[in-house]
Amino acid sequence: MRKRILAGLLAFLILMMLQSTLAVGAQEEQPTDDEVNAIAKKLYCPVCENTPLDVCGTQACIDWRAEIRLKLSEGWSEDQIIQYFVEQHGAQVLPEPPAEGFNLLVYILPVAIFLVGVWILVKASRTWRKPAEEQFAAPQVERDPYMERMEEQLRRRQEDA
Amino acid sequence: MQNQEKQSGARGWGVFIAWALIIGILALLAFGLLDANRGPMKIGEPALDFVLHTFDGDQIDTSTLRGQVILVNVWASWCTTCVYEAEDLERAYQMYRDQGVVFLGVDWSDTETKAHEYLQRFGITYPNGPDLGGQIYKDYRVRGVPETFIIGPDGLLASMQIGAYASLDEIVRSIELALEF
Repeated sequence: MRKRILAGLLAFLILMMLQSTLAVGAQEEQPTDDEVNAIAKKLYCPVCENTPLDVCGTQACIDWRAEIRLKLSEGWSEDQIIQYFVEQHGAQVLPEPPAEGFNLLVYILPVAIFLVGVWILVKASRTWRKPAEEQFAAPQVERDPYMERMEEQLRRRQEDA
Repeated sequence: MQNQEKQSGARGWGVFIAWALIIGILALLAFGLLDANRGPMKIGEPALDFVLHTFDGDQIDTSTLRGQVILVNVWASWCTTCVYEAEDLERAYQMYRDQGVVFLGVDWSDTETKAHEYLQRFGITYPNGPDLGGQIYKDYRVRGVPETFIIGPDGLLASMQIGAYASLDEIVRSIELALEF
């Protein structure tokens, strides 16, 4: 009888130890606030524009952070979670629009505008330079035959003298 | 002589491309500004078709529902005013479901867990699903939740409610108006 009680107690103790070990394991799997916020700061709530999810206090943002925590605990990677939010709520949840499709214009247009601007400046500066060059160049005076004759006579007189 | 012709040809193309770019950029800016300032939908405006992927796994294509009145309610579980009309919408659905009026709930910027809790809390039985990518929100130019659109049998917007309905009577009046459309 005593042996049975001891065996029962032993089994109970082992069970308790196993349970506490499993509980600790489960706690360790729970993502920390820092892990949740590391992803949350890369997402924006469309309800409160221009506010990253990690510093947003609305109920929608609280729910979204809970969703991130849930996905992390299910073993989802950061990229998978971000992709999930984009699929669910659109690209506006990202801090920058993805460089694809119509969004490409966001990246191409500034460069194109800059290049067109440079081209216009270069063209304009050429037209500005032309009159300046003309102003400072030596004047093209046509040779006057009368003046030439006068100069010739003066030279001869100087030689004779 | 040939060189000069080549140079003037290249210059002509350059000017053409530059003008095309400038006009294109201005057109884009104008389009963006017009689109941003279009305001809410207007009664009689064609309602864009969409496919709702419901939480139950079904797909409902509104283009196949032509000839029926469709009530589209845009909501979210975190929305504090949505709760005022939730039960009335369900009551209205029970009243009109046999008269060919289709009710669709579009859940915007929400999490599925919270959405399910909300639907259970208010006993909502009509089809509901997430607004994937926020497309319906954009197409219907929604400014906030809740907003409800009632589309007539001809596919035109018959009635619209910005904010929550104050009562069941208000919902009934809007549906009756669409049925007469």
